Amino acid sequence: METIWFCIVAVMLAAYVLLDGFDLGAGAIHLFAARDDAERRSIIASIGPVWDGNEVWLLAAGGTLYFAFPGLYAAGFSGFYLALMIVLWLLMLRGLSIELRSHFENPLWQSFWDATFSGSSILIAIFYGAALGNVVRGVPLNKDGYFFVPLWTNFQPGANPGIIDWYTVLVGVSALLVLTLHGALWVMLKTAGQVAVRARAIAFTVYGAVCAAVLGISIASFSIHPISRRTSSVIPGCGCFPCSRPRGSSACGSVSPQKWISGHSCARASSSSLCFAARHSDSIRTCCPR
Amino acid sequence: MNALAIDRLQFAFTVTFHYLFPQLTMGLALLIVILKTMALRTRNPHYDQSARFWAKIFAVNFAIGVITGIPMEFQFGTNWAGFAKAAGGVIGQTLAMEGMFSFFLESTFLGLFLFGEKKLGPTLHWLSAVAVWLGSWLSGFFIIATDAWMQHPVGYALGPKGEIVLNSFTGLLSNPWILWQYTHNMTASVVTGSAVMASLGAFYVLSNRSVDFGRTFLKVGICAGLIAVAIVAFPTGDQQSVMVSRNQPVALAAMEGLFKSSDNGAALAILGQPDAENQRLDNPIEFPRALSFLTTRNWAGKVKGLDQFPRDQWPDNIPLLYFSYHIMVGLGTIMTAILLWAAIELWSGTLWRRTPLLWTLMFLFPFPYIATTFGWITAEIGRQPWLIYGLMRTENGISPLVSAGNGLFTLLGFMGMYALMGVLFLSLVWREVERGPGHAEFAQPAPAHH
Repeated sequence: METIWFCIVAVMLAAYVLLDGFDLGAGAIHLFAARDDAERRSIIASIGPVWDGNEVWLLAAGGTLYFAFPGLYAAGFSGFYLALMIVLWLLMLRGLSIELRSHFENPLWQSFWDATFSGSSILIAIFYGAALGNVVRGVPLNKDGYFFVPLWTNFQPGANPGIIDWYTVLVGVSALLVLTLHGALWVMLKTAGQVAVRARAIAFTVYGAVCAAVLGISIASFSIHPISRRTSSVIPGCGCFPCSRPRGSSACGSVSPQKWISGHSCARASSSSLCFAARHSDSIRTCCPR
Repeated sequence: MNALAIDRLQFAFTVTFHYLFPQLTMGLALLIVILKTMALRTRNPHYDQSARFWAKIFAVNFAIGVITGIPMEFQFGTNWAGFAKAAGGVIGQTLAMEGMFSFFLESTFLGLFLFGEKKLGPTLHWLSAVAVWLGSWLSGFFIIATDAWMQHPVGYALGPKGEIVLNSFTGLLSNPWILWQYTHNMTASVVTGSAVMASLGAFYVLSNRSVDFGRTFLKVGICAGLIAVAIVAFPTGDQQSVMVSRNQPVALAAMEGLFKSSDNGAALAILGQPDAENQRLDNPIEFPRALSFLTTRNWAGKVKGLDQFPRDQWPDNIPLLYFSYHIMVGLGTIMTAILLWAAIELWSGTLWRRTPLLWTLMFLFPFPYIATTFGWITAEIGRQPWLIYGLMRTENGISPLVSAGNGLFTLLGFMGMYALMGVLFLSLVWREVERGPGHAEFAQPAPAHH
């Protein structure tokens, strides 16, 4: 029974990362891919009808965790107290910024919420990555099964770890890069004109960094967590490199952006999603006790 | 303050702020159904227009209600890990059901109601309003079922490690505590919705703008409010206090400020200040024997005072419990009187000339919020020192390793966050009020590029 619930929670979390991942990524590139009000409205409009539906997966996963694994819910939520509360505030601020941005026609009002939207999306992506890093690295449990980790200690994943250390920051930044790529592909798919062109440029730039980061965490995970060598069938992450490499600029220059986007970016967005699912299942296998 | 006090204060603060929003949406959902029904029966677009205006107010409240609801689910894990670990298998279920209903049913049909008026046509649009109402009242049911289980645990067994295992889901949902608490709470939410509607109606009539809408709001608000406020008192409030006197007699004694038992008819304190140190009620104004009658239906019935219970069973804040209960009952009585007076004037057609009464109605809207908040404080402080009544004491429910300093940090953070949200909320609602009901046009969904 526990195994079934474990799989259900894992699938829910994977669905959440996949779905909310693209709107978080869209938020991360919001200030850079869209420059004026109309462009920014087009990015917000591309996620407007779906972002809250995507977040339901997080709530559903949290709710399932609560009644299927109350001990884990209790220990995990109280142990990562500060990080969870900060993520919660960021999620609230992000929700407010999406909903409130277009309520007043004042440019300062809109700039403020644009910056809040982008900043909170970036920080949430980093915190999610850091959360994954914490789960892989492990925490010191006491005899009752509880733990408490402060935000940081000496930035070393040793016996007295913090939520933020060099390893979790590495995973956090990698998560930001991966979600940025994911979100940029979404924006390419869902918008037109200059926004899509800039999103493509961002996807192209970030792609190399994602490959380097995935290689980096694979090595780092081995060094801090020897068990992953045993449980992971492939080197973590390596088997699932993003296969959606955006084409070089020379190839795109000859085709009109519109056509290029409609032709291929759907496939790219789905392969980005696939590689996500594979990475996620890899991390889950690493953590699963059996 | 120690960690326990901070954890309690944080939950109290966040849940009090959160519940300002659902109490309006749950009440308003029913009033919108009433307005839509009037529109369907009279075919008068005036009522559709009124419903459209209130749907906008509803939507703003719903959004803030959802956003402030998420920290509640979080805090069971972050601050109340002991409780979550022991009882997660029970209340995790009702809370998950609540999530399903509020997110899937309520928000789906709210979307249809807000954006689908043209496409759905009058009958289906009326149906979507009914679905929003049912969805919001169902999610309210699961929250009440959760609280009722904490007030009066049923359908469980204790596992080998002291964990609480649910052995009857139907038992959990048919807890006898639910019936009166749920009906009391839901009719109170109708009072909130009605008072807000009547207050805004009085505002429009007094400021001589959108007067026809103002009169509609006053009529609906006064009539629905009077019916609801009567049901809040009888039978629901009355039965709830009988239930408390049977199952939580020590809480009832503290609510009533009854320090000493009375064998020959206990008096009902109308006013007075409990002096818990000296165990007496200062400056009492009392109704002789009335408390005995209300709880036992016998003027000479025996009511146990606090002296009949060991100190470690007493609610830990008796003055707050006493005042909360009396503020709730007092405001309920005052609101009943005002709404009754307004209904009589409305009936005789003289309401529109009674300027002082219209001013009174305009300032009516804060009182149901205050009464409801103090009603919940009565229920939850009355449950102390138990987190799950008779089963788990509150101090055993907190997260053992979260320090008071970390708790205070997040409590202050929530205060700042909610201050910001409160200001934004008020400015959004005020903007709708300023625009007026005449300008509430068909809402269009945000343009999406699909």
